[in-house]
Amino acid sequence: MLPEQPTYYQEVQRKGYSRRDFVKFVSIMTAFIGLEQSAIGQVTKALETKPRMPVIWLHFQECTCCSESFIRSSHPIVADILLDKISLDYSETLMAASGTQAEAALRNTMTKYKGQYILCVEGSVPMGADGVYCMIGGKTSLQILNEVSEGAAAIIAWGSCASNGCVQAARPNPTQATPIHKLITNKPIIKVPGCPPIGEVMAGVIVHYLTYGKIPELDKLGRPKAFYNKRVHDTCYRRPFYDAGLFVESFDDENAKKGYCLYKMGCKGPSTYNACGVTKWNGGTSFPIQSGHPCIGCSEANFWDNGGFYERASAFPGFGIEANADDLGKVALGVTGAALTIHAIATNIGKSNLIHEHQVEGIESEHELKS
Amino acid sequence: MTHKYLHIPRLMRVYVWELPVRLYHWLNAAAIIALIITGFYIANPLALMSNKDASHQYIMGWVRYIHFAAAYIFFFNFLFRLYWGFVGNKYANWRQFIPTSKRFVKELWAVFKIDILMMKKNGKQQEHLSIGHNAMAGFIYFLTFLAFLVQCLTGFGLYASMSSWWLPKLFSWVPAILGGDIVTRQIHHWAMWFFILFAVIHVYLVFYHDYVEGRGETSSMVGGFKFIEQEVFEKNMPQTPNPEKKK
Repeated sequence: MLPEQPTYYQEVQRKGYSRRDFVKFVSIMTAFIGLEQSAIGQVTKALETKPRMPVIWLHFQECTCCSESFIRSSHPIVADILLDKISLDYSETLMAASGTQAEAALRNTMTKYKGQYILCVEGSVPMGADGVYCMIGGKTSLQILNEVSEGAAAIIAWGSCASNGCVQAARPNPTQATPIHKLITNKPIIKVPGCPPIGEVMAGVIVHYLTYGKIPELDKLGRPKAFYNKRVHDTCYRRPFYDAGLFVESFDDENAKKGYCLYKMGCKGPSTYNACGVTKWNGGTSFPIQSGHPCIGCSEANFWDNGGFYERASAFPGFGIEANADDLGKVALGVTGAALTIHAIATNIGKSNLIHEHQVEGIESEHELKS
Repeated sequence: MTHKYLHIPRLMRVYVWELPVRLYHWLNAAAIIALIITGFYIANPLALMSNKDASHQYIMGWVRYIHFAAAYIFFFNFLFRLYWGFVGNKYANWRQFIPTSKRFVKELWAVFKIDILMMKKNGKQQEHLSIGHNAMAGFIYFLTFLAFLVQCLTGFGLYASMSSWWLPKLFSWVPAILGGDIVTRQIHHWAMWFFILFAVIHVYLVFYHDYVEGRGETSSMVGGFKFIEQEVFEKNMPQTPNPEKKK
């Protein structure tokens, strides 16, 4: 297919890794992407024989935390080979070239590997004010995205920015930050949300694509099922405390020290789909809940606007940040009660004759009857 | 003394609510009460300061279990009621709930004038008589059915990812469309307040009708019977809408 491209295994060897390191890496990746043991052979073969995949990695409105997360993936081969090699073609953050040279590299990859390269997008695209909020080389993000996606085999939307807009798309979204799937509809898009996504998850998505030559199975929101089919809540080690009804009431209470469930501290684990509880972060060291902080739901769409990070009840739209559904409900209940009271009084006045007739009737009947 | 007896109108017994309708009603009421109580607990659990190990208690687990069990009862009960809207008697028929005719809209207006504005006619106090649901009540029940639908969709949508059964999984598209579980949960919570407000008004109006009309409104949902004056019965007989009859 691409004869001049070395395979991943050749790159691994060139970097000085042993066969053992390589097989360990393959085993880890196979486990992460949720394949059975027998697939280790498949993945190994793919990385040994398939030429490395040309990748263009674009950065738009973002903070580069996705790239940072990726290069901190637990296994060094991820950073060394997958990122170094895949992103060599074009990546604003990590490429050596700059200016005209960099743009030439981009153009070169786009023409040479038309229809074959993977387009990774980090960041959202600002649509406001004709896209002036994010321009590279005199082009708006939208122009670049449209041009580069044209010849892409598939698109990976890294992180919450590219998947659902993240913080820059939070109300009132001044730059009209727009996620990728709303702009490109004719290419397969893999959403890998999270702020940032877990490095191993990112590597897993790429390895899956390399091995099978097609995008992994996605859920209804376009996320790879292998990593996003479970809620953080379902894989949380504090779950037994939740089921037992034992909760942290404030960050400095006895329950917090005991490591109880952070549900009442606003934990969004029960509504967040991610692999944090399983894969964890920084090489399996920890994840937010393990460090005593509630999950903020960073891989869920619109998580900045869906209520406070530290409360469960969220503000009711249109009534300011202080009024939640229960407060409004109580007010509505009070109003209803008052209205019914007024109605009851009005009934006794407005229907007095009718009520009186029935009463007279009833009392008469009572008198008629023998005791 | 007989003359006194004579002017008291004779009441006719009408079988309004069939047994399946009554069972549906009370099962529905019980399920909704259970769902609201457990729902409040799930949304904001009580502070338990316990020295017990987590392995010794399962409070949230049980509360959620009751919530899900009640939700299944609520759901199937709701489906049954929809079915009964096609096979039940005229008072259970779906036409009682959806404004499909001019007559329905006219009755809505009449109920509004008589029972809410308490308007008089020729200086005389009015009473609106309907044997089954009046049009206003029927229409409000139609709205509650929409609320049932919202709760079933959002509830099972949230439940889908925890379940391995195909039925809840049928609803997994709901959070996907609404934009995630967080939003879905909020809608589920907001919609619950409709049920609370509805229940308060509903119970009040049952008492109101019994108080003003004295025709056994409250007990009708237990025994199934309502009572109407013979003259009213005779007056209404030809006009009584019979949806089962086809032209």
